[in-house]
Formats: sequence, C-alpha cells, structure tokens
Amino acid sequence: MKPKFAMYWAASCGGCEIAVLNTHEKILDVDANFDVVFWPVAMDAKYKDVEAMEDGSILLTLFNGSIRNDENEHIAKLLRQKSKILVAFGSCACEGCIPGLANLSPVGDIVHTAFNTLTTDNPHQIYPRTSFDVPEGELHIPKLEKVLRPLDHVVDVDYYMPGCPPESHQIAAVIDLVIKVVKGEAELPPKGATIGVGNSTVCDECPRARNVKTIREFKRIQDIAPVDPNLCLLEQGIPCNGPATCSGCNARCPNAGAQCIGCYGPAQGVMDYGARLITAFSSVIDATEPQEIERILDGIPDPIGQVYRFNLAGSLLKANRNAFKS
Amino acid sequence: MTHNTFEPTIIGFTCNWCSYRAADLAGTARMKYAPNVRLIRMMCSGRLDPTFVLRALSEGADGVMITGCHPGECHYIEQNYKALRRYLLLKRVLKGMGIEPERVKLVWASAAEGAKFAAETTAFVEEIRKLGPLSWGKDEGGGMKDEIKNGDSSLTIHAERSSFEKEVAA
Repeated sequence: MKPKFAMYWAASCGGCEIAVLNTHEKILDVDANFDVVFWPVAMDAKYKDVEAMEDGSILLTLFNGSIRNDENEHIAKLLRQKSKILVAFGSCACEGCIPGLANLSPVGDIVHTAFNTLTTDNPHQIYPRTSFDVPEGELHIPKLEKVLRPLDHVVDVDYYMPGCPPESHQIAAVIDLVIKVVKGEAELPPKGATIGVGNSTVCDECPRARNVKTIREFKRIQDIAPVDPNLCLLEQGIPCNGPATCSGCNARCPNAGAQCIGCYGPAQGVMDYGARLITAFSSVIDATEPQEIERILDGIPDPIGQVYRFNLAGSLLKANRNAFKS
Repeated sequence: MTHNTFEPTIIGFTCNWCSYRAADLAGTARMKYAPNVRLIRMMCSGRLDPTFVLRALSEGADGVMITGCHPGECHYIEQNYKALRRYLLLKRVLKGMGIEPERVKLVWASAAEGAKFAAETTAFVEEIRKLGPLSWGKDEGGGMKDEIKNGDSSLTIHAERSSFEKEVAA
C-alpha cells in the first residue's frame, strides 16, 4: 500500500498549489509513490473523511496558508493529529506572508474596509455574521481571529519550507528526498529543520558586484534611471532585502533587475527578520548627524512594509498593538 | 510595590567602555536612581542588534534604554554611529507596530558621567511610568494567551533566556 499524502490551503492565495503543479512531470512521481487522500484544490474531499482517518495515517502533509480563522485552526489541528510529517509549506504557513500584513489593523477595520468602502456597494450595511438562521437550519461561516498566526503558533510543525511560493526546483528536490526516505534510501533531516533552501543569504547567490556601501539616499527602483545591471542594488540606494533573506531561490529578483523583497524569509540564525534588515540598512547609511540620518531614512516611506513584508506575523512583535486590542 | 502602582521594567544595554562604567561610578558614588533598570553590558553600543530590543519589549519590558559613548568617542571608532542609525530606524518600525517610540531611548554617557547616567535613568523611568505598561501580547490578545498556555516552542522564553543573555554578553 502506498503511503498517504495530503495538501491543504488555509489563509493563502493558491500560489503554493500552482508551484507544486509547476514541478511538471515530477507531480507524476507524487502520484506514483503516494496515495493522495486529501487535497481540496485538486480533488473532492470532505473534512469528515479526514476526521474518520486513523491518527498518524497520513505520512506527509504539506500545509500552506496561515491561521486566520477558526476553520483554519481546526483543520491545522486535525491534520496535525492525522499526519506523521507536517510541513509548513510556503511563506504563509511559515511566517504569515502577505496575509500577515493584516496584523497591522484591528480585525473590525479589515471587515469594514472589505464591506463598506468606496469599492464596495453595500447600501443596506450588510456584514457577515458567523451564524445565520435559514428555513433549512443554522448556517455557520468561520470566525476571523484577532490576529493571523503562522502554523507553528497553533500546532507542532516538523519542517518548514519557505518561499512565496517555494521554488519549483526546491519542491522537486524535497519530493525526491521524501520518496527516497519512503524507499529506505535516505534519512529525514532533523525535526524542525528548514528544508528546500540554501544555507546562506540571497546576497550569496546574487551575481551583482559588491563593494563598500555608502548610502546617501534611499530611492525606489522606479525612480532610478538607469539601474546598473551589474552592481549591488543596495549599493545603488535601492532597499534590497537580500542581506536578511534565506537563499534558495537563486536570487531570482536581483537577477531579473528587481530588489529582493524577502519572500524566502529569515536566513539561518536570524531571529527577527525586520531587526536584521534594520541592522543591514543602518550599517550602510553614510551619515552621522541625526537630522541627516532622518532625511536618508525618509527614503523608506513604509518601514514596516519594507522590513516585514513577508514576516510580520512571524516576527517577535507579531502584530500591531491595535490588532491585539481589537 | 502595591497593587495599583505600576513599576516599569526597563532593560538597559550599556557599553563596556563608557556607560557601564558610568553606572558603576553612580553606584560607587552612592548616587540614587530609579531601581527599575536591568543593565546588560555589551562591548559596544554597536553590538546592539535591534532584535535585543524587540525581544525585550515582546517579553515584558516596558522600555529599553540604550547607552553608548558620546559621538566621536567610540572605543571602536564609529560603531556608536551605527547604533544611532539603527535606533532611528527602529523607532520608525516601533511606531508602525503601535508602540510609542519614546519607549526606546538612546543616551550618550561617558565613564565620568555617573550623575548623568543616574539622572537620565530616573527621567526615563518616569517617562515610561507616564506611558503605562506595555504588556506586549499578554493583556491584549486572546490568541496570544492561548499560545503561551500551550507551551509553544517559540514562546518558551524562560528556558531560552539564559542562552539569549549569553549571546548578548558574547
């Protein structure tokens, strides 16, 4: 009998699923070696089918998406119970990713923005409720939680696979590894390991030339013309998140002429991604007078978006104070 | 300390070459200052990783004081300027997280300035007392409390704390 495989999406965009499909014919290896028992985006399945499974009967679960509502949390706990190996798959599950930026606002404001702003025609002020009586019975929709949480704040996680989404060549390598483990040809990495990544920073994979950096001005990349294609972007005054970001993507963005935005999450040994970037950016500013430093820092108009774009929910502070209070 | 009196918890990061000795001087000279500050000695204010500040605030500190040598007098030539730049950027980030930037303070104090160190500490404690407790993630978030109860590994702070302190001291 083939070992069982599951994949789930919680608060996410679906890009992780597409990244898995982007492994092309490798996906056939998954099918050849695993019995896919639960994968809502690819096949029909009901939660009660998962609830009926024996504990620990799924060998491998790739869980993408973060925990935004009580349904996410329920399924996370359910899949933890049913799975031998639970992988936080993709940036949302690992560290909150873009959905985690909602932690800057109280949940009431988020709902208000979605249902009652210029882009939404809501003349009767209809807002979602968590339960509603209809002639057929009571309907429930999931309840939003105050703050969004990464998967490991809710359940125990065996491995982390970052990336928004994880690069397909990394997914393929991990699939190969797991198949080898199943066949007894390889061993699993130690529990808690980050898999499908390099062991350094994006800068180490970036081919751009690096010299001593002295920044007199931070600028947005679109405000610089022309951008030197061979020189470190940070050196050109473009806030590039490479110095804090885990390698593994082959420095795709800097190679394509854009700055790293940090989707691969913190590099090894980095406890707080944003703090590491604060250090990196501050170190290269060429000024000693507070006023001049402030002028240069004005070139980063959205500091939170810059240093925590993918990592807010997974950072030490986790959320804006107002979001906790909501 | 009575139930209704808020006593701020302050973590102070001091530079081995100046402000730590200023604190020492304040002590040997029997100067009085607020006892709320817990000092952690570093070799230089430039050693201050903003992670230390975020971790202190997220784990119960109400304010963080960073002290270093006066500009131009750094034992390691110019590392205190790095501390200054990190401090200014960190304050912007804290503001974005809903934390009053005044909860983090940078003070320059030479080894001779025991009196200044004592006065600045007392003034800072009073400032934080006015701002009130920070209680990050403890009094405010239901979900956060659950996490701590569940003994989540990323939040088992006390077990890790000793290694953190070692790391700071290194």
